[in-house]
Amino acid sequence: MALRELASLEKYLGLKKPNKYSTQGDKKVPVLQNNNAPPLVGLVTIACHLVKEAKRSELLGCGAEARAVVQQWLEYRVTKLDGHAKEDIKTILKDLNLYLQDKVYLAGNQFTLADVLMYYGIHSIILDLAVQEKEQYMNVTRWFDHIQHHPGVRHHLPPVAVLRNRLYTSRHH
Amino acid sequence: MMELFVSEGNPHCLKVLAALEVTGVQCGVHFINHEEKVVPFLSRPALPALLLPSKQHIFSSNTICRYLFELNGPESSDQCNQWLEWEATVLQPALLRALHMAVLQGKGSEVSKVLQSPLNVLDQSLGKGNMSYLTGKDVSVADIVLWGALHPVLFNSSLALSDHKFVKAWFDRVAAMSGCQSAAQKVLQGKGLEAMKSYMQRQPAPQSRDTQPCNSSPVESEEGERVVSEEEMEAAALTWRKDINACSQTTEKQHPIMPKEGMRNVLITSALPYVNNVPHLGNIIGCVLSADVFSRYGRLRGWNVLFVCGTDEYGTATENKAREEGLTPKQICDKYHAVHSSIYRWFQIDFDFFGRTTTEKQTEIAQDIFWRLQKNGFLVEDTVEQLRCENCQRFLADRFVEGICPHCSYPEARGDQCDKCGRLINAVELREPQCKVCKQTPVIRSSKHLFLDLPKLETQLEQWLEKSTSSGDWTANAKQITRSWLRDGLKPRCITRDLQWGTPVPHPDFKEKVFYVWFDAPIGYLSITANYTSDWEKWWKNPHQVELYNFMAKDNVPFHSVVFPCSLLGAQDNYTLVNHLVATEYLNYEDTKFSKSRGVGVFGDMAKDTGIPSDVWRFYLLYVRPEGQDSAFSWADMALKNNSELLNNLGNFINRAGMFVTKFFGGCVPEMELQQEDKKLLAVVGWELQQYIQLMDKVKIRDALKHILNISRHGNQYIQVNEPWKKIKGGESERRRAGTVTGVSVNISCLLSVMLLPYMPAVSQTIRDQLNAPQSCINTMLLGPGSFVCALRAGHRIGTVSPLFQKLEADQIEALKKRFGGQQPEDEPSNKKITASSQQPAVVPAPPAVAEVKTGVGADPEKAKQLAKAVAEQGDKVRALKSQKAEKDVIAAEVSKLLDLKKQLALAEGKSPEPAAQKGKKK
Repeated sequence: MALRELASLEKYLGLKKPNKYSTQGDKKVPVLQNNNAPPLVGLVTIACHLVKEAKRSELLGCGAEARAVVQQWLEYRVTKLDGHAKEDIKTILKDLNLYLQDKVYLAGNQFTLADVLMYYGIHSIILDLAVQEKEQYMNVTRWFDHIQHHPGVRHHLPPVAVLRNRLYTSRHH
Repeated sequence: MMELFVSEGNPHCLKVLAALEVTGVQCGVHFINHEEKVVPFLSRPALPALLLPSKQHIFSSNTICRYLFELNGPESSDQCNQWLEWEATVLQPALLRALHMAVLQGKGSEVSKVLQSPLNVLDQSLGKGNMSYLTGKDVSVADIVLWGALHPVLFNSSLALSDHKFVKAWFDRVAAMSGCQSAAQKVLQGKGLEAMKSYMQRQPAPQSRDTQPCNSSPVESEEGERVVSEEEMEAAALTWRKDINACSQTTEKQHPIMPKEGMRNVLITSALPYVNNVPHLGNIIGCVLSADVFSRYGRLRGWNVLFVCGTDEYGTATENKAREEGLTPKQICDKYHAVHSSIYRWFQIDFDFFGRTTTEKQTEIAQDIFWRLQKNGFLVEDTVEQLRCENCQRFLADRFVEGICPHCSYPEARGDQCDKCGRLINAVELREPQCKVCKQTPVIRSSKHLFLDLPKLETQLEQWLEKSTSSGDWTANAKQITRSWLRDGLKPRCITRDLQWGTPVPHPDFKEKVFYVWFDAPIGYLSITANYTSDWEKWWKNPHQVELYNFMAKDNVPFHSVVFPCSLLGAQDNYTLVNHLVATEYLNYEDTKFSKSRGVGVFGDMAKDTGIPSDVWRFYLLYVRPEGQDSAFSWADMALKNNSELLNNLGNFINRAGMFVTKFFGGCVPEMELQQEDKKLLAVVGWELQQYIQLMDKVKIRDALKHILNISRHGNQYIQVNEPWKKIKGGESERRRAGTVTGVSVNISCLLSVMLLPYMPAVSQTIRDQLNAPQSCINTMLLGPGSFVCALRAGHRIGTVSPLFQKLEADQIEALKKRFGGQQPEDEPSNKKITASSQQPAVVPAPPAVAEVKTGVGADPEKAKQLAKAVAEQGDKVRALKSQKAEKDVIAAEVSKLLDLKKQLALAEGKSPEPAAQKGKKK
């Protein structure tokens, strides 16, 4: 999974030559094989490295505070979102929903790497939500829809329909 | 100014306090309780937390440390980042377990075992470079973070670090820094592990899922391929050699189909489509198509299947439609019944009988059930307050009243149900009710009606439900909706109405009335069967021999799981009740609201005009079948699935296999000598076949389809690896190998044709025609747990092979998308959203205000939506005026308003406005 995310990220960043990856251990932690440097281990580490390689450091946040916020959510992604227990899903969605209430992106008004990786990580959860739940976590849904339509981000994931446009008209009762 | 919030005894706070001391950053520090909430948006307390000058919160210790270091220094390096990520994802889970044991369970001795593997990693890395610190000669944020994490377990001499001498040297070096010492003192107060007790008690118990040792050397690994055992391969090869079942010849159905002793007798119904409209894709996938796939599958499984359906024709909606079109209700029903029939024929829905509810049999059976309920005391009389529109001179059916929902205040609730909160409503409970036709306020009138006494039947119902839901295959949504109905408590339900177009109530006191459609319509299943065979009771009063499957969309569940079963239970005539209730979720249409009035969306009669074959429609609808969750129809996705799955995967495989036989072996299946690799493929294919059967038996139609596509993917891979087109030019043994690969592949095609039959009946037959495959192979492979046999033996002559699918071109799809009004989610609307939202700092989605209509430039979907609604309402108004024979100039004024609205709608949709008036009679 992580490898596909990184491949999608490479495409998004427009990196020309694809990097070589492998995985490590049970949890398939991604490893970036570097020809002239030691390999890099870990999704966030590699993703940040790719962003810098593509000279798109604005995606890591502009200024120390914004960088901290971006890092905060990247860390959240790999510590809280990855390997979450089923009963944590509600808390995750509730917290994110509250957080995103007054924000366009995770780092406020700036689209960053945090949005990309959180989107990849949360996709399976959103995919499983019922329409009512999507409505309940409206801010998450809005953010999610926003990111999945952000040009070039989606790649390996299927789009999730977030609007409740029924094809059915309710039958007479 | 920044503020840092920490708590005593919290090991995560060690790092941040140390980082603060080491970097010398100015920051207010507050010691608070573990449970105190600092970060407003987190539901669980999270400390340490840093409040930035910009008033944003950072709530994890590593990010805080890193920020503190970056304030005065350079950005942290890749190496540093890697250690921080490792600490958070690998070391912390192990530490949490270690601390849990040491602090709460007193098992300090276990700690070294738990930490063994991460400490090895650390030791190796420190030893390799012979470095003083983790990333080089100088202290970095990584050293502080790892020291802080390890301090609680390492400072205590009880954990021997003798195996990890590099770790020990490094740890002592960092621990000697004055900043670290002072931080340790502040957090642990010299009390050691004991200091962390109250903190640890508040942490959730660690999960044991990461007990696997962390592998320090990167290992190449492929994404999950199933391991096939030796035994599986041998078993698959054995099955392969079995004979195909020549004896079962009964593929032809013989009508009337009747339950048979010793067979699995399966009665399948699809929710009866309402006759006053053309069905759309949602109706088709939700009921008839799903039921069709399952009944075709059932026949392949050797079950004795009867599949019935028909149009539901009584009710106000029909009466109204008739008024609109100037026809009688009967004429309307005839007209639309024919429309429905022809659409389903085009979709190849193989009903055993497609009937209708307006028949003699319906009257007979409905009245019989009524009298039985009456006799058994399950009917009660009551006076009902009903809404009557004095202007239109009639009682208003529920769906002809709109008003404010009494539960959730949704302004457009219908008289029977609120679309927003989903609750059922009594029309008289609506606040500010309006007649939908003329917009007048209706008055309340009372009238005597009969009610089905559901509370009296509740116990019986629950006993039956308990049995049916536990032994049958009810979809999760069906069970859940039913449960919630029972939880809310059952109330008596009115079964009569003041209408003409319906089954007459036979009771002399209720002569002027007809049965309410919800009571009447499900009885249609019985009467339609009765029109098919006079022995209908052998299906419907035979619960011991017959298993009943009901297919529907989820909004129909309560009527099939609660209300109709109550009618039948109360009638006490040994009726066959539903065993398996299969309900789909909703199918959405692109990102645009589906709307009949705007012509947005695909209706059954339009599907064939697209030029896309019926089988491909079936395939895509089943591929996105809203099974377990909502899904969406999208043109672009349909093209993608056609081109990638049907054309490049399935079609490509079947065509290649057939072409190899034709080109390399003169049209005769070559000899096959199975090698290990071939047996492995047989086992893999056999496994996919078993999965398919298990899923289909549980009516997981969409999930099962994926396994068909997996098989052709395996097949393509097999051909690609073995390259028969090269081997055929090689020596004798290579040519034989090419023969085996070709023979196995063409037999997989044969299996695929059988598995595809329920989904794509025409394509399935075409494949068998091309392969000249014996019909008997159909009956063999899907019996029992499923067996992949060699149906096309060496020497079998195949027919003419040709491509099965055509590419859907982008411009073709683009044209269809335009024609049916759907919008591409990737297009302007979303971009527009992005720019709109980035201009404002805070975006709280708010419903767009219903602004005055302005003639804008370019498409505006939001405006279009509002206008479409306005057009629909104005249209209703005009029709109502016409039907009431209102003054000519009054009508003319309203018509011109309508035309104006339509013009604006066209503009908002980005079309050039055209005169819509002189188009002849439009429905």
